[in-house]
Amino acid sequence: MAEGIRDKVAILGMGCSRFGERWDMGAEELMEEAFSEALADAGIEPRQIGAAWLGSCMDEVNIGKSATPASVALRLDNIPVTRVENYCATGTEAFRGAVYAVAAGACDIALAIGVEKLKDTGYGGLPGLEIGSMPPLWWPNMSAPGVFAQVASAYMERYKVPRDTLKRALAEISAKSHVNGVKNPKAHLRKPVSCDAIMGAPMIAEPLGLFDCCGVSDGSACAIVTTPEIARSLGKHPDQLVTVKALQLALSNGAEGGYNDWDGSYILTTRKAAQRAYAEAGIKKPREELSMFEVHDCFSITELVTMEDLGLSEDGGAVKDVMDGFYNADGKIPCQIDGGLKCFGHPIGASGIRMIYEMYLQLQGRAGERQLQDPRYGLTHNLGGFPHQNVVGISIVGHYR
Amino acid sequence: MIGITSFGAYIPRGRLNRAVAAKTHAWSSPGLMAQARGERAMANWDEDSLTMAVEAARHTLAGRKIDLGAVYLGSTTHPFDDRQNAGVVAAALDLPETVATADFAGSLKAGTAALIAALDRVGAGQAGEVLAVAADRRRARAASVQELMYGDAAAAFTLGSSDVIAEYLGSHSVSTDFVDHYRAAGQPFDYQWEERWLRDEAFQKWLPEAIRDGLARLGVAAGSVDQFMLAEPAPRLAAGVARRLGIADDAVADGLHGTVGQTGAAHASLMLAAALENAKPGQTLVVVGFGQGCDVLAFRVTPAISQLAPRTAVAACLARRKEEKDYARFQAFNDVVTLEKGLRAEANPQTALSAMYRNRRMLLGLVGGRCRKCGTPQFPAALRCVNPGCHHAEEMDPYRFADEPARIKTWSCDWLTYTPEPPAHYGMIEFECGGRFMADITDWDLGQVSVGQSVRMVFRVRGRDPQRGMIRYFWKAAPLATAREA
Repeated sequence: MAEGIRDKVAILGMGCSRFGERWDMGAEELMEEAFSEALADAGIEPRQIGAAWLGSCMDEVNIGKSATPASVALRLDNIPVTRVENYCATGTEAFRGAVYAVAAGACDIALAIGVEKLKDTGYGGLPGLEIGSMPPLWWPNMSAPGVFAQVASAYMERYKVPRDTLKRALAEISAKSHVNGVKNPKAHLRKPVSCDAIMGAPMIAEPLGLFDCCGVSDGSACAIVTTPEIARSLGKHPDQLVTVKALQLALSNGAEGGYNDWDGSYILTTRKAAQRAYAEAGIKKPREELSMFEVHDCFSITELVTMEDLGLSEDGGAVKDVMDGFYNADGKIPCQIDGGLKCFGHPIGASGIRMIYEMYLQLQGRAGERQLQDPRYGLTHNLGGFPHQNVVGISIVGHYR
Repeated sequence: MIGITSFGAYIPRGRLNRAVAAKTHAWSSPGLMAQARGERAMANWDEDSLTMAVEAARHTLAGRKIDLGAVYLGSTTHPFDDRQNAGVVAAALDLPETVATADFAGSLKAGTAALIAALDRVGAGQAGEVLAVAADRRRARAASVQELMYGDAAAAFTLGSSDVIAEYLGSHSVSTDFVDHYRAAGQPFDYQWEERWLRDEAFQKWLPEAIRDGLARLGVAAGSVDQFMLAEPAPRLAAGVARRLGIADDAVADGLHGTVGQTGAAHASLMLAAALENAKPGQTLVVVGFGQGCDVLAFRVTPAISQLAPRTAVAACLARRKEEKDYARFQAFNDVVTLEKGLRAEANPQTALSAMYRNRRMLLGLVGGRCRKCGTPQFPAALRCVNPGCHHAEEMDPYRFADEPARIKTWSCDWLTYTPEPPAHYGMIEFECGGRFMADITDWDLGQVSVGQSVRMVFRVRGRDPQRGMIRYFWKAAPLATAREA
């Protein structure tokens, strides 16, 4: 029986670049911005890193293939560096590689770095993905908002939620993240936006308007991980130590998109990964035990259903919880306290690590103006692909022991 | 006895209001207002001669289990010069690959030429019935008379020797290099000579003579003709011909100019299909294809026509109609203006011909699989069953989804992604028999798509690759609320 990852790996240091339209920087400079912060935080030299994982999704733009761009930019010491890609869940995948390497004893200190340079395409929104030989022959030209908007159509149908009611709840979700983003100096979007403005924005994919969509950003985030023992030997105080409590990944196997069961109103893999993550972390009542969380709010509707998929809101109850402010900064379980993908921004390969970065800062009491009081557990939810065929990575981090 | 055993037609639901187009050009070509009556059929951006042919053929074959020996396709706008278009039609119908296929082209007579060849094949005693389809989607320059007068459509027939609904009395063909218009290889548009010459020299001279010779040869008295279908290239030419021949005025069939437009190589077949819809046993039908000569065919309707199941032919297609008042959309669909398509339109991957071949039944025939253990139909077929409670690993039995009833499970309309007709509609399409996939939605009406809506799967252009000249075909879901079809 597998023991799980709980408390086997500690975060030694983290870094995150400013997210946004970084016309001034390429992927290499963005990685350096995150890496140097993480090194200083960890208090180590680059040569102490035994292995590294690079997460980048869109190799078609800027970063290119293989892990060499990271090894070269960061002048790593000819160590093993592996590039991973798992759609928008790529960041968590890189983190997972580093964490498991340390847990396996393959190396003492490992690096996970995620980066994406999206703003070298010449147009707004995500660039198109190269999707192989067969999909272009039969898949629709799906955009990210177009596929996630499908969830809204199914949600309205299942719970008989009128379109106006749903639009209002979705607007509240985005408005909350805008409020949070104001307090984050590294966030891409730092202006509050009213619900009326959100609901009146141009339509992108019915029923999602412009403000239902997250920022498309350049950025990088990284984590340096080790064992709790080595972290202490390097001078980290046990009370300040943040460890990984759970790290789970769940992938679709074609059932949602090919078998007539799933109704489209939720993300099946989020539910599977969440159950496993709670078990691994020893969390029995997530609505009581979680202090804060970062979800993959690529679109407001994704955040809404994720509340239910994570077992925090009852099925069909997320609209009410959102309207009640349950997930606001001053609510019971603050969500997207750093602004989320919506306002911190979404440089694909970096996002999963960026979420962990915020949980790490909060647990260490270093989140500045947006610091929450005495958080215990933080959860991150990273989703890649389409609602009907996707990758979900969930991590739970908390204080050591 | 040999003859027609079934028929069907397809007219795209878009109908361009001619007055709207003519008014746009009135500043430069006020004469066009003379042609500004009625409407013309207008193919959607994802339709061409091939997709229209498939739809007409499906309507023709609906509900009949027959052994087809050959598929013939006549058109002057075959999408491919070298890739057999009739072969794609056969594949879209998921016919056995032992079927013979041939394209007929090069003249507006191509439709009747295909029909005669099909009848000859049946007459020669070859095995199986023959499917003969005619389709055209001709482009015309903006502000030309042809732009207003042409229409897009297809019609199809099966020809055989049993259950014949219209007995073939024979044909008579004349070939003469009378060039009232032409389109050289690789040219997008026709070059047109004066219509008065066409009328005087052809319709008042050699054409009536040729038809008279034909009727005499076939033993058909002009006065006995009940329906006279002359695929006239312009309105009001057929009546004069009929009068010269002694065919009754009320036997002259509607040329469909006011409702469909002149449909090129499909026109004679389309008129014949329209006539068959209302034909009575014993009636004599004469159909004439025109183009550098003519083909004259005569049929006698049999009592079996009353046993033929109701079908989608000209009347149903005329009823399934969406008026297009936006001439700019017509221009965009026909690629006669240079439009800003956005940078997203630039992404256009190469088409892997080897992958396309391996998966030809999936892509062209919409054939998935059915698990041999749990019986779940699924698309695409796989080596392991998609049913989470099964996952049985064994090659599946082929299962065709094209005619299976289906509904929209989830959907959106997407203003961000590239499509020639924004916003792109797509959604999860769920088949009542089991099976689902994320599919393009076509022939939508903005604001009318909804969860639970019934759809019909239709064979369409999935995408075009102008750089490499490839056209990628696949199946899409057409909402039935707007597509009132069988």
